Amino acid sequence: MLRPLRLGLAAMLAAALTFSAAACGSDEHPADGPVTLSYMVWDTNQVPVMKELAAAFTKEHPTVTVDVQMTPWTDYWTKLRAAVSGGAAPDVFWMNGPNIQLYADNKVIVPLSDRISDAGIDLGVYPKALVDLYTFEGKVYGLPKDFDTVGVWYNKELFDAAKVAYPTDGWTWADFKAAAAKLTNPAKGVYAIGASVSSGQEYFYNTIYQAGGQVISADGKTSGYDQPATIEGLRFWTDLIKAGQSPDLKTMTDTQPLQLFESGKLAMYWGGSWNVSEFSKNEYTRTRVDVGPLPTGVRKATIIHGVANVVSSKTSHPEQAWEFVRFLGSRPAAEILGRSGPIPAYTGTQTGWASANARFKVQYFLDAVTYAVPYPVSRNTAAWNEAEAKHLSRAYSGEVDVETAATALAKDMNALLAKE
Amino acid sequence: MVVTESGVVRAESVVPPVPPGPTRRRRSWRHQRSEALWAYLLIAPTGLGLAVFYLWPVLQTAYFSFSEWGPFGGHEWIGLDNYRTLVGDAEALRALGNTTLYTVLGLAGIPVAIVFAALLNRRQLRAVSVYRMLFFLPMVTMPVAVAMVWRWLYNGEYGLINHVLSRVGIDGPHWIADPATALYALAAVGIWTTLGYNLVIFLAGMQAIPRELYEAASIDGAGPLVQFRRITLPLLSPSIFFVSVLSVIGSLQLFDLVYVIGGSGQSARNNPAYPRIQTVVALFYEKAFSSNDRGYAAAIVMALLLLIVALTAVQFRLQRRWVHYG
Repeated sequence: MLRPLRLGLAAMLAAALTFSAAACGSDEHPADGPVTLSYMVWDTNQVPVMKELAAAFTKEHPTVTVDVQMTPWTDYWTKLRAAVSGGAAPDVFWMNGPNIQLYADNKVIVPLSDRISDAGIDLGVYPKALVDLYTFEGKVYGLPKDFDTVGVWYNKELFDAAKVAYPTDGWTWADFKAAAAKLTNPAKGVYAIGASVSSGQEYFYNTIYQAGGQVISADGKTSGYDQPATIEGLRFWTDLIKAGQSPDLKTMTDTQPLQLFESGKLAMYWGGSWNVSEFSKNEYTRTRVDVGPLPTGVRKATIIHGVANVVSSKTSHPEQAWEFVRFLGSRPAAEILGRSGPIPAYTGTQTGWASANARFKVQYFLDAVTYAVPYPVSRNTAAWNEAEAKHLSRAYSGEVDVETAATALAKDMNALLAKE
Repeated sequence: MVVTESGVVRAESVVPPVPPGPTRRRRSWRHQRSEALWAYLLIAPTGLGLAVFYLWPVLQTAYFSFSEWGPFGGHEWIGLDNYRTLVGDAEALRALGNTTLYTVLGLAGIPVAIVFAALLNRRQLRAVSVYRMLFFLPMVTMPVAVAMVWRWLYNGEYGLINHVLSRVGIDGPHWIADPATALYALAAVGIWTTLGYNLVIFLAGMQAIPRELYEAASIDGAGPLVQFRRITLPLLSPSIFFVSVLSVIGSLQLFDLVYVIGGSGQSARNNPAYPRIQTVVALFYEKAFSSNDRGYAAAIVMALLLLIVALTAVQFRLQRRWVHYG
């Protein structure tokens, strides 16, 4: 079992490589000499377009090159925190809602407000929900890069075979449940959907707000998990597992819902606009799937979230790093991004994204902005995200009922919020 | 043998005294000193490596275990608080329980290795080195690669194991997601990866046993089983002791398999069996790198260090009773 020595050596080697790589990135250069910025991202699908953007930036600033460093989502925040603690943070990196306040509060990233006003940038070109998400104590810390909303990806073949109408605007929870019952086909190993507990953004956050509940109070001080409406939003998923219309947690541990959907075992997959590039590349899904809006509960809702670019406070090239972030937030960059990436945040460039992805009915993702709910966050979101996963997985696996799990979660979450 | 300064061999030495000859010149003090200097110089790189990569981190960790950390470094001294939390932490106790079970199961892998070694040690067996290589192969394969392959083999729906089982009418479980099987499934991989290493040590131990003992035993009418019990096992006991010490230390440090097969971070939380397979080191990793609670993580590994030292000391005590050096 185990080779502590080998693991240690591997870790040492990895550390040595990281440090040497980091050293290259932060070498002191004379002010006008060539500079290499490190830029850390988490989405493999977006690496090509990020490299394209980096090249476009270098064209305008010949002395600055950008090294796009890809770290998978599962390790991204772990590695970033370690890099920051060890003094080897990338110069520019992607930031998300759950982490922004933690990073801003600990002065890991620099406020950009002064630079934004000096450069005369109008923040009104980005959706307000995103600018607000990246504003902490009155200062803007990140320029929005893209945004995403959630929809129902569905397998047309399986819908046709079960003679179920495709999801359309205005379909309700009742319609969804009726469709789920018809789409489930145990003989063929086909489930209606994978009710995963792994991602609130794609699953339970949406149904919580559709049921009229909330994850966290508007002032960010109390948990919403003990509200009856919130519990209804969770029951939406546990009922699907109970009815056998979703695989159980064991099955989804062995094989992720995304893999099941991409092999025709799930009729529906609640996913984001970010899935567009994956599904248009995948041989199986490119012709068989399409997307519709989320069903309406008590009200219409989808979670909106977006990634922003931020500048490390430890960068030795603050000027160049800011120039790069500024470029990434500009209209030309948004147009490049929209052609082969996610929905650009820059208002007016989204139509380019929609026409570049005309294979699917992606307009639904753009229409969703009108009724979208901002991604729920607080100062230390990660702490209660962990509590969510811990308590909710017990409810999803049937170990405890959903009220018990939600009430216990609310208690834990309130304790964590009180500590912030 | 013991040599006094005058170069005279002491009488109590086990080795018979060597008569003084031209080769046993008295060496000068200066010569001895330069020889010692060379010796230290030659072991310096290793010593430096040990100090920098082992000793210093241990001291640092010991220090950190009395501190509380901010999310991005920076720490303050909080005395014994982390250890107080640790004693009352149900998650840590559960992880310790799991780790103990892994350790016991890991020891159960030793008899398996002995049996395989005994089978390979037969004289008439050809191409022993080929078998030895096959058994040793998992040991030199990257642990993560091994874990990835096993993850696939264990898949409840599409895994090879359940496919084979279905052919004989058995509906296999979700091996690594079912709380009833997950820990045993992981331990099996652990035993499998170390089997080759243990086997090579046992094989070497067996080949060092003089053939005459077996010949004498067969003249006295002892069958193969009696020979195994009365000759092989006692003379193999130093190897068994060595392997069991390493096995206990290794099992207590189990991490890679849990991390790759069982899942990490949020995906681990989705695995309903995760509370059953989480080890002490996996818990340490989560605290240190996911929740960034480094002070507490340091306290966890310090407790583990003490446990390893204690268990190893106990093993060394007990060896007097059953290990024959010989």
